[in-house]
Amino acid sequence: MYRIVKAQPVGLNIKQFVIEAPRIARKQRPGQFVILRLREKGERIPLTIKAADPEAGTVTIVVQGVGKTTSLLNCLSAGDSVMDIVGPLGKPSEIEKFGTVLILAGSVGTAMALPTAKALKAADNHVIFIEGARSREMVVFEDEVRDASNEHYTMTDDGTYGEKGLVTAKLNELLAAGRKIDFVLAVGPVPMMRAVSQITCPLGIRTIVSLNSIMVDGTGMCGGCRVLLGDKSKFACVDGPEFDASLVNFEVLMQRNSMYRDKECESLRDFEEHKQEELKQLREELAAKEAELEDLRADIAELSSPVEAHHA
Amino acid sequence: MPEKNTLSLKERMTISRVQMPELEAGERSRNFEEVNCGLEPADAMLEATRCIECAKPGCVEQCPVGVNVKQVVALIYAGDHLGAAAKLREDNALPAITGRVCPQENQCEGGCVLGRKATPLAIGHLERFVADYERESGRLGLPQIAPPTGKSVAIVGSGPAGLSAAGDLVQKGHRVHVFEALHELGGVLVYGIPEFRLPKTIVREEIENLRRMGVGFETNVVVGKSVTIDELMKDEKYDAVFVATGAGLPRFLGIPGEHLNGVYSANEFLTRVNLMRAYRSLEYDEPVYDCHGRDVMVVGGGNTAMDAVRTARRLGARTATLVYRRSEKEMPARAEEVKHAREEGIEFRMLTDPVVFVGDERGWLEGARCMQMELGAPDASGRRSPVPIKGSEFILPVDVAIIGVGTTANPLIQSTTPDLATNSRNYIVADPQTLRTSKRGVFAGGDIVTGAATVILAMGAGRKAAASIHDFLTENRF
Repeated sequence: MYRIVKAQPVGLNIKQFVIEAPRIARKQRPGQFVILRLREKGERIPLTIKAADPEAGTVTIVVQGVGKTTSLLNCLSAGDSVMDIVGPLGKPSEIEKFGTVLILAGSVGTAMALPTAKALKAADNHVIFIEGARSREMVVFEDEVRDASNEHYTMTDDGTYGEKGLVTAKLNELLAAGRKIDFVLAVGPVPMMRAVSQITCPLGIRTIVSLNSIMVDGTGMCGGCRVLLGDKSKFACVDGPEFDASLVNFEVLMQRNSMYRDKECESLRDFEEHKQEELKQLREELAAKEAELEDLRADIAELSSPVEAHHA
Repeated sequence: MPEKNTLSLKERMTISRVQMPELEAGERSRNFEEVNCGLEPADAMLEATRCIECAKPGCVEQCPVGVNVKQVVALIYAGDHLGAAAKLREDNALPAITGRVCPQENQCEGGCVLGRKATPLAIGHLERFVADYERESGRLGLPQIAPPTGKSVAIVGSGPAGLSAAGDLVQKGHRVHVFEALHELGGVLVYGIPEFRLPKTIVREEIENLRRMGVGFETNVVVGKSVTIDELMKDEKYDAVFVATGAGLPRFLGIPGEHLNGVYSANEFLTRVNLMRAYRSLEYDEPVYDCHGRDVMVVGGGNTAMDAVRTARRLGARTATLVYRRSEKEMPARAEEVKHAREEGIEFRMLTDPVVFVGDERGWLEGARCMQMELGAPDASGRRSPVPIKGSEFILPVDVAIIGVGTTANPLIQSTTPDLATNSRNYIVADPQTLRTSKRGVFAGGDIVTGAATVILAMGAGRKAAASIHDFLTENRF
């Protein structure tokens, strides 16, 4: 059981959670993720770590409610718990002094790119951060983005905030203005990452994308998250999630991510109909688990008191 | 002492081997209930009378954990089933599990002298009987625990090797803490072996017994990521570490089309169904491809492949076909599983190997182009290696393909522990006798050393490691 210390909405359907997970907090590096399971009957879902506080023993994750599990998770508040969190998983981002670094992040991808952006800035890079969102209410962490970059731009698809257009419009504009870019990191929806690499890779700019394939265990034991890089298969959970964009087969990634679409839509519809019931059930289940753990702790305390040989 | 068997040898030899009652094939191939139903006490006692109590019991010799079969059977014969269970538990931390999943025909029962003249003693069935009898009686014969030594051991991995080492070490008075990467304990016992062969309540109960003996458990810790071996020893002050992480990395075929939707590793398919309970898709959230009315192909000839193909059948597959590149004789799967699979309507296509997966325009699997094989000269493993027959290609129409051709070592620990020697295939190098690794205080055993093997061999390694770790902790020898 992992206690939620803080939960705050940061955008439309987007919530930031600070969760007690001391082991993960101690080891986390930018670019890594956790796998979370809400409840006994829940699925395991990957979420990028936005920040960690080793002293407080907490990690911060940002969740956009897009399906059943994320929507249910987003109903939780401080004081609630989640059943399982494991991590930090995946390889940390490559942090070096590249020169001018361009980071493009789409909606909740901003949260994922933030720790890497901070580290790149701290490594003396000139960091340009382009944040994109569908509309105003999905623009998140603008202040943090400002702090983590030397220049930053906010784009919205509908122009309700910042400049109107896609992140690639700003990218093209910077390139047209003759800006020299040494390194690109794109984090967001697959079509966005693909569009970015179609522009930057032909120019020979080293471009990294953080891939969001479907995962189960997140430790390399199943290969469900495999992605095609050229003609090689790689596991995003252990070999990534960041990969050289010039090698990534984005079509296969999109095709594989659609594998359970029917079931996902059905679960979400079902969840929306029974939202309150589901939340009540979840809270009951978590309370029962907490009680069970209390008993276990008492047993262990008893066991660790001077042991008498016990047998039948 | 149990009473002596008074029947003459001749009389004992005329009794036929007890048959395990099982669910009817048509019915069971539609659900996930356990196929084997267990023995009644009377049947178990009758079977026990068949044991001829040989002076040099080959059964004990051929059991990887050296269960004292002769004494256990004598106690069953005497009707002291709880005594038999306690005796069993001295050498075997997970008897209800091994009685169900060991390939007894190659181990204890393979060593039974009765097998030369008639059929071997049903040792696996008897082992399962006493363990189940004890569990159902609610009177558990946990072994005696030695006084605390003040030493502590970290065990990495809660599969059969880790659990068996934990059982032995805690009995010797050491503090034992098991780290597991997944959210549930048991390793392959929970994510790999399906419910119809090994009910998860039994795995949980056996682990609960270890907890009652004082073993500590922590889930959601990926050693190598959440914490390193060095940190366990330096910061968390463990005196010794036993690495039992298994060989959980799936091997794919490396043929074109393997990225298509509908192609799974057996590990993924079984993890979704077993660990995440996707077979109860109305209650549980983790999805698995709907096999209902579809054609499913499983590639491989081991227990994993057999588990996957029987699982697909239970998920409603119209056809569930096992494709293996050698012949049935070379199949490493347990004889009983092959029999059960056949009864359940699994189709066997031997001497067949897929070479390309073919998909539709949306990227979904449609079929597998396969080659017919013939057996050539024996390879390094002593088995005749399959050779493709020219011009024999044909297309097998399939909607789902599950690859169960083996697993390899997961490099997570090795990559963060540079002074832990590994071989060219990433397995940890450990002395075969002591299971010591190149790093002082660190021991390794089970599949992470030997490559994928059986539950009981991993448990044997766990026992060996425990003995060796005990020596290290008490005599400081390494």
